[in-house]
Amino acid sequence: MVARDVDASGDLLDRVNAAIAARQPLLISGGGTKAFLGRPVEGQRLDTRMHRGVVSYDPTELVITARAGTPLLELQAMVAEHGQMLPFEPPAHGEGATLGGMVASGLSGPRRPWAGAVRDYVLGTRLITGEGKHVRLGGEVMKNVAGYDVSRLLAGSFGSLGVLTEVSLKVLPRPRACLSLKMAASAEQALRTLAEWGQQPLPISAACHLQGWLYLRLEGGEGSVTAAHQRIGGEPLDNAWWEALNEQRLAFFNDPRPLWRLSLPNNTAPLTLVGEQLLDWGGAQRWVKTAQQHHSIRQVCAAAGGHATCYTPGVTDLPFEPLAPALLRYHRQLKARFDPHGIFNPGRLYPEY
Amino acid sequence: MNILYDERVDGALHRVDKQQLVHLLREQLPDLTLLHRPEELRPYECDGLSAYRSTPLLVVLPERLEQVEHLLRLCHELRVPVVARGAGTGLSGGALPLEQGVLLVMARFKHILDIDPLARTARVQPGVRNLAISQAAACHGLYYAPDPSSQIACSIGGNVAENAGGVHCLKYGLTVHNVLKVDILTIEGERLVLGADSLDAPGLDLLALFTGSEGLLGIITEVTVKLLPRPQVARVLLASFDSVEKAGRAVADIVAAGIIPGGLEMMDNLAIRAAEAFIHAGYPVDAQAILLCELDGVEADVHDDCLRVHAVMRAAGATEVRQASDETERLKFWAGRKNAFPAVGRLSPDYYCMDGTIPRRALPAVLKGIGELSAHYQLQVANVFHAGDGNMHPLILFDANRPGELQRAEALGGKILELCVAVGGSITGEHGVGREKINQMCAQFNHDELTLFHAVKAAFDPLGLLNPGKNIPTLQRCAEFGAMHIHHGQLPFPDLERF
Repeated sequence: MVARDVDASGDLLDRVNAAIAARQPLLISGGGTKAFLGRPVEGQRLDTRMHRGVVSYDPTELVITARAGTPLLELQAMVAEHGQMLPFEPPAHGEGATLGGMVASGLSGPRRPWAGAVRDYVLGTRLITGEGKHVRLGGEVMKNVAGYDVSRLLAGSFGSLGVLTEVSLKVLPRPRACLSLKMAASAEQALRTLAEWGQQPLPISAACHLQGWLYLRLEGGEGSVTAAHQRIGGEPLDNAWWEALNEQRLAFFNDPRPLWRLSLPNNTAPLTLVGEQLLDWGGAQRWVKTAQQHHSIRQVCAAAGGHATCYTPGVTDLPFEPLAPALLRYHRQLKARFDPHGIFNPGRLYPEY
Repeated sequence: MNILYDERVDGALHRVDKQQLVHLLREQLPDLTLLHRPEELRPYECDGLSAYRSTPLLVVLPERLEQVEHLLRLCHELRVPVVARGAGTGLSGGALPLEQGVLLVMARFKHILDIDPLARTARVQPGVRNLAISQAAACHGLYYAPDPSSQIACSIGGNVAENAGGVHCLKYGLTVHNVLKVDILTIEGERLVLGADSLDAPGLDLLALFTGSEGLLGIITEVTVKLLPRPQVARVLLASFDSVEKAGRAVADIVAAGIIPGGLEMMDNLAIRAAEAFIHAGYPVDAQAILLCELDGVEADVHDDCLRVHAVMRAAGATEVRQASDETERLKFWAGRKNAFPAVGRLSPDYYCMDGTIPRRALPAVLKGIGELSAHYQLQVANVFHAGDGNMHPLILFDANRPGELQRAEALGGKILELCVAVGGSITGEHGVGREKINQMCAQFNHDELTLFHAVKAAFDPLGLLNPGKNIPTLQRCAEFGAMHIHHGQLPFPDLERF
């Protein structure tokens, strides 16, 4: 049994300082539920889970601050008790998921195109840097433009810039009404329809296309949800379907072929790729089960103005889309400033980073 | 310690031979508009914060990207500081020129390059005005959500540089939430694309880091923003309260009821009276505080929410709640708030606008603190407050022609910001640090945190040529500032509850 509400930041800082002194690379890890994503890291495991607990939560401020090792499911249950939610619907990918891992991986769920991503809700963080300093960045207020917005930079940085110890997030009330629907449509029809609806104030909060069906979620007040349903029609669908999609439990994900995530401009026409495709985020995020070579997947994706990530370990040495040389240079310069001894998750994002 | 660039604490600047620089620019960029005579430079000596003025070495007004690229390479080679400026409406002196630096005015890049109604994006040059984007998208039923009160004049490049806000941030976010992609030039003249046409880009989220970096990391050359469908309806409620505490409680109760208003604004008695005298918006001049609550969205939801908010405000102790009966009255209610600054300006020859944010629960304590500071410095303060997101705009009334009043206003402003930090808030919610709040940064961040910020800067601009002296204070400046302000190891406001 893990003790509750423990401030172990002192221990974490000691561990980092020892690693700096020994030039010992660290593999920063919470529950390890997103370990499948990115390149393997050779390093001593730094477990953040002993540093846990909610530091402050005032529902009327719409802000929650918690230690990085706090289990994500506990955090979500706590805000749900007050009728609130993390609007970006982070996938947990396992019961062990932690708040720190949620921010470090920067993954968002079906509501992302309408509500924003993890980074959009990060208000502040505490971070242990590669100089062995424990710093506080951002804050616990909604609007704060003092200094560089390093906290948002940490979302999706996969632990490459330091050890996250605490996060302040904006939360929002859960919508009063929620209705899920499905209707028959080809991928082309679905994208066309979504583009048209996107220009109207409809309360859509999730849109997915899979195997001849368009799946939709409407969220808002009772009035707008009912009116939108009357307008667009469709058969009712269990609201739990979206969680199955988000946690990759739909039958689509059981296919033995490698899983790729494509991030594209939302109105990109269906791409010609070998294998099964699932359109999420109203077309802006597409999942592909394919044995196609990574070069050709990336070529097709880049030609459409997007990028591709391989979600199946061991398929390619470059699971994340390689960066343009100029951009990579600035990544390395930032890394060198945050982590001069290269001890934080070396190589997780890119071999030379 | 001077608020203008002070080489002793802000860092030595390279000496530039103006004649040589002008000669080189004329030779290498013959079609570049270049101003260098004192009378030409005068209009550029300040931005929207006109209390601080400094004449730039010279002003350039490029019209093509290649000119900017070439100029940056040359300045980098000659070690000439570069201060970027858009429309010059910023309120924190972020575009305050340097006597030893080039002022790079991006205002001539004012083309809307593309509006894509299907993707719901607009690709624009940095000098395009904020409001012009919404106007151009209106025919598709779309608009660009962030609406700083200067939106008629301010440019999108400046909005990105400052991470500009507005009155609808609680629901629609700041600039950072509404931008997809930014094309920039580094100080070395290298082109970078941050973000993407898709919802995320590979690697680190440099777009998030860059937004609000106040011209210290690069020069913005193009911006792609998200567009939203215009809400079907907007209704506004005006509630009066006999105490600021009750108005504050009403705000918390509205949020606790699960309602996120499009706009939620509070004004105190002095601001109410000033606005009413100026605009005749129908505000109750005897109220201690009013709340303006705008609900927007689909008709049916807005109707329900208006009823709910009405009930919540009554329960919180509102003495009166009025709903604007039509669009004309709605706009009138808003006109009072939107003109609060000029209205306060009528009460006093000068006013100084602050921009701190606080956790909302600290509002009564902070307003009490501001009242005490106001009495101590013998200057009146009117309070206008984005109540939904905790962003305060105390307006300090003063007369610059009276000896010492500007200095007293500055000192009072600094104290108010330190008070915001003391309750767990921030010195700036949307106006930026710029030059104005450079000293208060020392109150919000410690040595290690500032060192990390300088490290971020060094990753992009190791020579420190882009907008030196803004946003992040040097450790030397903070050492001097700290020596002036912390006496006997005591924090300011020792008896304040810390959140």
